[in-house]
Amino acid sequence: MDFETTKAQRAAASTKIVIAGGFGVGKSTLVGAVSEIDPLRTEALVTNESEGVDDLAAVPTKATTTVAMDFGRLTLAEDLVLYLFGTPGQRRFWFMWDDLCRGAIGAIVLVDVARLDESFSPLDYFESKGIPFIVAVNEFDGVPRYPAEEIAAALALPADVPIISLDARDREQAKGALVKITEYSLMRLRESLTVNAN
Amino acid sequence: MTPPHEPEDEGAYRPRLIRSYTITAGRTATSVDLAMEATLRLQAGAEAPVLSPSAAQVLEVCDRRSVAEVSALTKMPIGVTRVLLGDLIEQGLIRIQATITDKSSTDERLELIERTLRGLRNY
Ligand SMILES: Nc1nc2c(ncn2[C@@H]2O[C@H](COP(=O)(O)OP(=O)(O)OP(=O)(O)O)[C@@H](O)[C@H]2O)c(=O)[nH]1
Ligand SMILES: [Mg+2]
Repeated sequence: MDFETTKAQRAAASTKIVIAGGFGVGKSTLVGAVSEIDPLRTEALVTNESEGVDDLAAVPTKATTTVAMDFGRLTLAEDLVLYLFGTPGQRRFWFMWDDLCRGAIGAIVLVDVARLDESFSPLDYFESKGIPFIVAVNEFDGVPRYPAEEIAAALALPADVPIISLDARDREQAKGALVKITEYSLMRLRESLTVNAN
Repeated sequence: MTPPHEPEDEGAYRPRLIRSYTITAGRTATSVDLAMEATLRLQAGAEAPVLSPSAAQVLEVCDRRSVAEVSALTKMPIGVTRVLLGDLIEQGLIRIQATITDKSSTDERLELIERTLRGLRNY
């Protein structure tokens, strides 16, 4: 095996961005707007029993339910695919998030200004885990518009977190949000390098 | 795995992930760490032994696809898919292409994010 092959095999072939936010805020819509394939759906089996059922030999029972996650795919280069994972909405499925977020470039937290409080928990999650995130206000028809600073204040966002607004149905705007989170994640990583170097 | 807070569910049942059931004969652990987005490749020249129907189905669709896509296409839960893929990897039939993990270096991260940004801008 020559050096070039080895190097190509070591370079990451795929990556992901997580699309989070409250119930019905437009996560699946955004994924569908930019994905090159019809969004796919994967399921995880979950048990609702309170004790001892993460036992490795668990068998489906009445207490078993499934959590669905939808995702899309963008081929960015011959050797690079970007996956977009929408988080499961219900709060009790949060334990799935660690799995979804592991190794992600970052997250886009979609926000509906009519239901700001629904984005508090996702924001807390990404902040506490140190995962780079941006806020994207999904501008639903007939909902009042607010200046970004007001929304940022209402969400108690850290000062450097980018906030944009978009129509999740629009491919170019959805793509713009992906560019934004990727730029932000890159900036954060470069900043951490400068800090460590000093 | 504890989220910062779950006000609605305090004291209520706590869902857990079930990683397997009969398809995987009760096994859930794989020695291979498989991220949702990890891409699989068929190993050239590998000779397939007799496989279970589920494993054969996974093998058939997995080339150049991610763990999540294999799960979606085979309609098998993600945990089951991971176990079956892990077996196929251990048997040398497929391999995973690199992804970013907790063990990746900052340089690897930088390189990947920069490539992603270039790709997105031209997308
Ligand atoms: N007007 C308008 N409607 C939107 C927009 N984004 C989403 N919708 C609509 O809002 C509804 C919910 O959108 P989804 O994309 O299913 O939301 P979701 O976040 O995936 O919902 P859950 O997965 O159920 O939490 C759908 O009927 C969409 O068509 C938008 O930007 N503008
Ligand atoms: Mg959805």
